[in-house]
Amino acid sequence: MSEILIEEIKDQIVVKDEEIDVSELEVKLNVTKPVGYDTVVVIEGAPVVEEAKQQDFFRFLSSKVLAKIGKVKENGFYMPFEEKNGKKMSLGLVFADFENVDGADLCVQELDGKQILKNHTFVVRKLNQLEKAFSTPDEFSFEEREFKEREHLRSWLTDYYGRDQFISYYGNRVSVNWNRKSDVPEQIVDRENWTETYVQWSPMGTYLVSLHLRGIQLWGGESWGMCARFLHPYVKFVDFSPNEKYLVSWSYEPVRLPPIGHPARETMPFTDDDEGKHCFVWDIASGRILRSFKIPPQPEGSKDGKKVIWPIFKWSADDKYLARVTVGQSISVYETPSLALVDKKTIKIDGVQNFEWCPVSDALGRDSKEQLLAYWTPEITNQPARVALISIPSKSTIRTKNLFNVSDCKLYWQSNGDYLCVKVDRHTKTKKSTFSNLEIFRIREKNIPVEVVDLKDVVLNFAWEPKSDRFAIISANDQVLNSTNVKTNLSFYGFEQKKNTPSTFRHIITFDKKTCNSLFMAPKGRFMVAATLGSSTQYDLEFYDLDFDTEKKEPDALANVQQIGSAEHFGMTELEWDPSGRYVTTSSTIWRHKLENGYRLCDFRGTLLREEMIGEFKQFIWRPRPPSPLTKEDMKKIRKKLKDYNRLFDEEDIAEQSSANRELAARRRQLISEWQKYRDEVIARVAEERAITGQPAITVPAEEEEIIQETVEEVISEEIEPVED
Amino acid sequence: MRPIILQGHERPLTQIKYNHDGDLLFSCAKDKVINVWFSHNGERLGTYEGHTGAIWTCDINKSSTLMVSGAADNTMRLWDVKTGKQLYKWEFPTAVKRVEFNEDDTRILAVTEERMGYAGTVTVFRVPISESDAAAETPLYVITTRESKATVAGWSYLSKFLFTGHEDGSVSRYDAITGEFVESKQVHNSGSTITDLQFYPDRTYFITSCKDTTAKAIDVDSFEVIKTYLTDTPLNTSSFTPVQDFVILGGGQEARDVTTTAARQGKFEARFYHAILEEELGRVKGHFGPINTIAVHPKGTGYASGGEDGYVRVHFFDKNYFDFKYTL
Repeated sequence: MSEILIEEIKDQIVVKDEEIDVSELEVKLNVTKPVGYDTVVVIEGAPVVEEAKQQDFFRFLSSKVLAKIGKVKENGFYMPFEEKNGKKMSLGLVFADFENVDGADLCVQELDGKQILKNHTFVVRKLNQLEKAFSTPDEFSFEEREFKEREHLRSWLTDYYGRDQFISYYGNRVSVNWNRKSDVPEQIVDRENWTETYVQWSPMGTYLVSLHLRGIQLWGGESWGMCARFLHPYVKFVDFSPNEKYLVSWSYEPVRLPPIGHPARETMPFTDDDEGKHCFVWDIASGRILRSFKIPPQPEGSKDGKKVIWPIFKWSADDKYLARVTVGQSISVYETPSLALVDKKTIKIDGVQNFEWCPVSDALGRDSKEQLLAYWTPEITNQPARVALISIPSKSTIRTKNLFNVSDCKLYWQSNGDYLCVKVDRHTKTKKSTFSNLEIFRIREKNIPVEVVDLKDVVLNFAWEPKSDRFAIISANDQVLNSTNVKTNLSFYGFEQKKNTPSTFRHIITFDKKTCNSLFMAPKGRFMVAATLGSSTQYDLEFYDLDFDTEKKEPDALANVQQIGSAEHFGMTELEWDPSGRYVTTSSTIWRHKLENGYRLCDFRGTLLREEMIGEFKQFIWRPRPPSPLTKEDMKKIRKKLKDYNRLFDEEDIAEQSSANRELAARRRQLISEWQKYRDEVIARVAEERAITGQPAITVPAEEEEIIQETVEEVISEEIEPVED
Repeated sequence: MRPIILQGHERPLTQIKYNHDGDLLFSCAKDKVINVWFSHNGERLGTYEGHTGAIWTCDINKSSTLMVSGAADNTMRLWDVKTGKQLYKWEFPTAVKRVEFNEDDTRILAVTEERMGYAGTVTVFRVPISESDAAAETPLYVITTRESKATVAGWSYLSKFLFTGHEDGSVSRYDAITGEFVESKQVHNSGSTITDLQFYPDRTYFITSCKDTTAKAIDVDSFEVIKTYLTDTPLNTSSFTPVQDFVILGGGQEARDVTTTAARQGKFEARFYHAILEEELGRVKGHFGPINTIAVHPKGTGYASGGEDGYVRVHFFDKNYFDFKYTL
């Protein structure tokens, strides 16, 4: 509102100023006041100079220190002085009024906290920032909020039947459901527009994450209330630390704050430092930002366009460290909660391509606080390719292995951190053909021996059986790789413990002429699904049992692999095991294509339990479970009593089934009796109407036996017989 | 049982119909010829030739003496079923999309297309007594359809009402004696064309199929939707089955998109739903294009479907179809 207008209004106001208590208003309006000082910065920590040398010092500042930053207005400098020993000395405080706001902003950004001259570190603030500081009351006061008990975030684990939950997201509806095998899932909560892009679970299933234009929300507890929210405009990706303590979020758009002094700026969680940043690390419990990073969508030197490899940060198993690779240069490891670089510097590794944390925190011994990290570097100028294990925070190299003729490496940790398998894609010297090696690091053994499994084919996929020393691979001959109909081989390997000779990984069995390209081990091991994903013609699923129960099983065999089922799900795009390893779901989502969107629920043998076609189906995700608190002894006890439990479970299943059937039957009976009643009424009424008009009733032609005679002549055979005269 | 495949048309089928006794099956297609077949063995009995445009529709009277047809040559013609001779011809400014005899075979309705500045209409005629009955050429009344053009229409029991299904997914009810508008209802998603309207044999309720992937049963007197059948594909046709309380729905991906996808993705199966419970019971595969029209044998012993692929498939229900019973 212009000043003039206010003046005009004032003239019209009859009430005298003194009569109105404006003190409250003044406080409110005060916040928006400091316009006009945007170009003024205050520099503290400048050298103390005599008044006489004031102009020289200003000249020095504008020509040397501020030359690259911005122009200061004529007579834009000001220094306060005080009398000292009869001389007028400055206070080391300089005011500078820049020609424009950008100069002032840049000055704060560039000079604040920097050592400009010997013994002089500048503290630079904009004048209006100072004003804010002055308006902070001297005494800290806060409003005490009433303690509200939070719902138990893990209540879903206490389900009597031990069922698992899943999210189903279609159209704009997100629902959380109990899996009831072949029965209609029991809906727990169903909300429209719960998310604006997609949903996900936190790694232990505690929170449901919804993403919005304005930020992230976490939901949980029995009533599905909001647990936390994190303001991050246009957030695209979210990642949790393994123990759900921290959250990393990333957006294509850097954060833009409202101009200084705008009231909205105060309510935001961001500080001045966060402006222009893409990536934030949050502390979930307090909702505060730990640190922000400027990670634009296009890393320097990449040609992939707007691509981000998510997650940007990888977490160590104990939530203590998070690390990020700068491809070709270094790995930066940050420490929580300070989010400072470990030893204040990144680990420079020439050529580094990728790294993976060991999935458990005690890989180097139960009491060791060191975390293990594996990375690899390709061949660069006379230096062989290398896989190395380093421990954090000591940054000492534990083990390295040199490799030759490497085109690519992939790192696969076994879930207990016992083994690290490096799948090495190699080429022959002529670079004409490629093949794979598996380099397996046996972490728990002394000096970490490395075993090499040589293969003739290219390994397309690799999967460890969880908590076990067996793995499966999909491989194909590189000659057929580029053909449209790739036939692949599925092989299983296991670790053979020998008494006298060294123990080694041994090939168990190979199934050939397959189409599969993806492996999904059940979360509890033993069962596996091999699937054909990403093809436009093939949608095969094959179910394997690694310990198939037969009588002729050899007692010390590594495995008895047997295919126990197969299925096909036309159009499937995703596959997921439920956390218990009893069920497998495949889904066809609209994000990939519009063909037969929906999901299929199978048991671990591939027997179809339930199929739902849902238009605009977007996501099916099982709710993860936290690790079991049971000790090994507890589990053993349960296993012993499994037969008793089994009987109980069967009884419950039957009871539920029959009650569900009863309900369904009752509903059907009701529908049919209602229909019968309706039809009887209609028929009676119509008969009456017909009688009045004198028209005969229309009858459906009765089902009478109709005899249709058809004579069909067919030549069965032909014989020529001479007729005797 | 294996269906009989009738290969008598070169273009997509538009409508097929059994006669009242169910021994004959009439088929109309875009290739200008109407065929009549023996329904029990698929032998062709004859053709009706004369139309000069794609044939959209036909209907047979109860005694199977007269057949009426409507076509894109802007004519409606009356034929002698037995001889194949054309008895009568009505001319219109636009194509005739749907024809139907009323219950006592005294009247014929014709739904005409809205095109070239002419409004869409439902025109009702008296059935001519003879070939020289010139007076039958004058309509009894002409309903000019309101707002959205009619695509299908039919007579209720006792010819009390005339129902029209519209391009915008609404259904209207008219007084069948005067042709006066009674009421209209947005039964289906607005903007989705109603593609078929077939009555239950006693004409007390009817089923509409719609491009919005649903079919709905509507009561004639209350004008209320009494049942809804949900599918996952645009529907072109729907029909009730006597004997068992089922409905058969047919459709599939839009004809113009068919060549771009495999038959599997096109959803060209005929779908059986329980008429009362609204639950899907099963599907019958076979066509490799969308199903355009389905007719059920009046005695409920089988059904026939006509597809965009140019084939008519005549199905006979097996014993286990009749034995089927819900466990209640």
